Amino acid sequence: MTESALSLKDVRKNFGQTEIIRGVNLEVRRGERHAVIGPNGAGKTTLFNLISGRFPISGGSISLNGTEIHTLEPQRINRLGLSRSFQITSIFHRMSVFENIRCALLWSQGYRYSFWHPLWRQKALNQRAEELLAEINLLERRDLQAGLLSYAEQRSLEIGITIAGGATVILLDEPTAGMSHSETEYAVALIRRVTEGKTLVMVEHDMRVVFDLADTISVVVYGQVIASGPPAEIRANRAVQEAYLGALTE
Amino acid sequence: MEIILISLLNGFVYGMLLFMLASGLTLIFSMMGVLNFAHAGIYMIGAYVAFEISRLVGYFPALFIAPLVCAAIGAAIEVWGLRRTHHNGHIAELLFTFGLFFIIERGVQMIWGMLPVPYRVPAVLDFPLFTLYGINFPAYRGFMLLVAAGMLLGIWLMLTRTRIGLIIQASLTHPNMVSALGHNVPRVFTIVFAGGCGLAGLAGVIGGNYQVTEPSMAAALGPIVFVVVVFGGLGSLGGCFVASIIVGMVQTFAVVVDVSLSDMLGGIGTWIGTKNLLGEILSVPVARIGPLLPYLMMVLMLLFRPRGLLGTRDT
Amino acid sequence: MSGSSSSSALGRNWLWIVVLLIAIGLPWLFYDWEKARHSGFLLTMLSQMGMMIIFALSYNMLMGQAGLLSFGHAVFFGLGGYCTIHFLNAAEAGSLPLPLEIMPLLAAFSGLGFGIVFGYMAAKQRATAFAMITMGIGELIAVAAIMFHAFFGGEGGVSANRMIERSVLGVGYGAASEVYYLILTWTVIAALLMLFLTKTPLGAMANATRDNFERAQFMGYDPRRVRFLQFALSGFFAGLGGGLYAITYEIVTFDAVAGALSANAVLMTYIGGATIFYGPILGATLITLLQSGLSLLSNAWLIYVGVLFILMVTFAPAGLAGMIEAHGPIARAGRMGRLAVPYLRLLIPGGATLLGAVGLVEIASFVTIGAAQGKSLSVFGYKIGVDDTMPWVIAFALLGVGGAWLRIEIRHFARVWEDVTADIKQRSV
Repeated sequence: MTESALSLKDVRKNFGQTEIIRGVNLEVRRGERHAVIGPNGAGKTTLFNLISGRFPISGGSISLNGTEIHTLEPQRINRLGLSRSFQITSIFHRMSVFENIRCALLWSQGYRYSFWHPLWRQKALNQRAEELLAEINLLERRDLQAGLLSYAEQRSLEIGITIAGGATVILLDEPTAGMSHSETEYAVALIRRVTEGKTLVMVEHDMRVVFDLADTISVVVYGQVIASGPPAEIRANRAVQEAYLGALTE
Repeated sequence: MEIILISLLNGFVYGMLLFMLASGLTLIFSMMGVLNFAHAGIYMIGAYVAFEISRLVGYFPALFIAPLVCAAIGAAIEVWGLRRTHHNGHIAELLFTFGLFFIIERGVQMIWGMLPVPYRVPAVLDFPLFTLYGINFPAYRGFMLLVAAGMLLGIWLMLTRTRIGLIIQASLTHPNMVSALGHNVPRVFTIVFAGGCGLAGLAGVIGGNYQVTEPSMAAALGPIVFVVVVFGGLGSLGGCFVASIIVGMVQTFAVVVDVSLSDMLGGIGTWIGTKNLLGEILSVPVARIGPLLPYLMMVLMLLFRPRGLLGTRDT
Repeated sequence: MSGSSSSSALGRNWLWIVVLLIAIGLPWLFYDWEKARHSGFLLTMLSQMGMMIIFALSYNMLMGQAGLLSFGHAVFFGLGGYCTIHFLNAAEAGSLPLPLEIMPLLAAFSGLGFGIVFGYMAAKQRATAFAMITMGIGELIAVAAIMFHAFFGGEGGVSANRMIERSVLGVGYGAASEVYYLILTWTVIAALLMLFLTKTPLGAMANATRDNFERAQFMGYDPRRVRFLQFALSGFFAGLGGGLYAITYEIVTFDAVAGALSANAVLMTYIGGATIFYGPILGATLITLLQSGLSLLSNAWLIYVGVLFILMVTFAPAGLAGMIEAHGPIARAGRMGRLAVPYLRLLIPGGATLLGAVGLVEIASFVTIGAAQGKSLSVFGYKIGVDDTMPWVIAFALLGVGGAWLRIEIRHFARVWEDVTADIKQRSV
């Protein structure tokens, strides 16, 4: 029986008087590619923020590989093997592309808060950084200031930073937002490649991406999961159709 | 007993003066996220301008003109200075006001000299209002309370009864939302900044002859005002008021406490001796360590409750 | 700096080697060969520069590298100084048998100690609270330094004798030149160490935490721990500077912990350029020059510093170093020549505007304070009287006309700059 990589049980979140997440139950199996979809404002990004420890939950529990994480700080959660990307590109604009990836590798390579290791002499570290850059196809841009990359390249870098630390559960928040068709295709191929063997949870609006990548889809509407299952099942689900298309089905 | 009553009164007066200064700063800070370092400098300008005007025309005109001058200066600073640095980030804005304070301090020193100027209480208000235990309570202090109370009332009315006041209130806690609702936030910013500076100027008119008007008055009072703002908490004028009174009381009462910490704690630490630092702190009369207390309060508050007494947002 | 290691470190940094050589040789340029004496003025100024360079660089570990705005940095400098005075006194009394050259290192460790204590309090805070708590601690220590006699010596401060007759090199350190070379050595060591720090994991994560707090968390790091360590280490170096201060002046008073010195750190670092490592070096050098030189010429020199600071904040947030580095791409493409004429064209209106502004400030200063102090103001041999209106008119005219002309020239310059930059970008793609 494959253990759950990520498990949400009756998760609730209030902001003041408003209940944003109203009892979410979600199971993500190990190695699964799980997409979370839903209309705008349904609470998908909030859910991500709760899982990654950005906000505390108001009720319920969240577990990562069996360990409860909803009381932990983001960096502790990260060290337990969960990593996330952000909807608004979160790279280090002033550093070079290479330095961005190298920073993302530091903790997992064991450097901790060292102030005595000269970075330029760490062969294994620098080599690994180059390998990763090659994987995300940014090796030729390695010395460029990250802020000068194109939008799509920045999103690739974002993904690179997310997977660099060797996390086994990857959360991607709208990874193809704002991309053209060809850029999206490229991003999907990249995501598929780099999350091979890992557990992937992603929020997405682009249905082609969702149906292309996902093994399982969960639909979140008004802070609750109204359906969860394989793509074909979701496509045929009435409640989902109503939530998305609403008046059109009339 | 007399000392306690007198100190209560004096502490309250001083607290109100602090509130006049701190309220403007809290409003500006809460709304624009800018810690206006130049605020105490505007206070000083208010005092000096009032001095000059009262020499030319009289004290009561100064009461109206000086705050207006300061408000105008504030508007100019906001429009030509702060707006330009806004896109460079909060730190740039902070540094800008910091540099301004610098220039104001030196400028005042240059124009009026290093020595205090004889900015006096107007003769018409210079009489004892009443006598308590043989000590006179000057009418001017009563006047100060009157002005401060009037100012408080004015702010409260404006915030709760006018449209701009509602917008300001909303911006205190949810500045981004207010902008998203389509209000002309830059113009509101200018008004708030100018208003805050006007309040500081008014405080200067009142406080300048209560204390001494000299170039170092800004540097002396400035940090205390920050203490009040932090202590009271962001986004809360009520907290600002409470904090002003508390700090005012603490500073006033500390001066009259002639015993030392060691005495108060039942002789603790007499064995430490007075030659080392800890021993000295314990054995010195509290009146002498008075100036330390506000900063101690601020540091402790930031350590244990960063949002201040009644703040609605974390500092 | 990029990670290229093809050219030798010496070759790439020839400019700094030259600067170092100048720093070593400069006192001899002004040596009075007849009287066999160094210029005391020059040595004092250079020594002060060294201390301030260390101080500003240590401050930039917070401001530029970690994005932390501290208003109480002088605390570490001053407390390092106070501790050193006590160390020196202990050395003289025989209870601390260490050579003078090591004293700054002791000062550094005291700075580190205080950095740990205060850092623990401050590093947990968010941006504005951090600024406030550092200001609070700064004021607290500054007031305490005037107040208490134990350790601080009250208003008079504490003093010591630096000629403790213990030295690794056998030097007595009685002469100002000997002290200067000690300071120079420590300045170079400190600067190199701080440069090294920027290229370690902590240094990289300090930058990361500055740019994106959350991202740093999601790379496994506790940003508050990063800040704490950076804060403590900056205290180490500031304390080092304070130790050199104590050795040089042999007395430390509350000035060394005062808010004015903390403010100085902000000014020096920002004007020099907080985003580039050597920026604070430029800033410290410039401010010390102004302090030593300009203060003799004008009462209002601090106003000039303030105005310079505000202009930088508004128009050149990257500081002097930033402005220099901005020429980098253009220089590398070999197009500096195109900027020559635009720069020249800025010279005259710029000079006129500067003259007008300075004139106004100086005349105002003279009229209000200077005359009363019995000073006299003369320009090109003409004595200016307190009631003269001509000087005002001339100054205003210079400012007005110069300013208007300058605006035109600046616009022209900006256009040329953009053309050159766009041209370079086109060719490189």
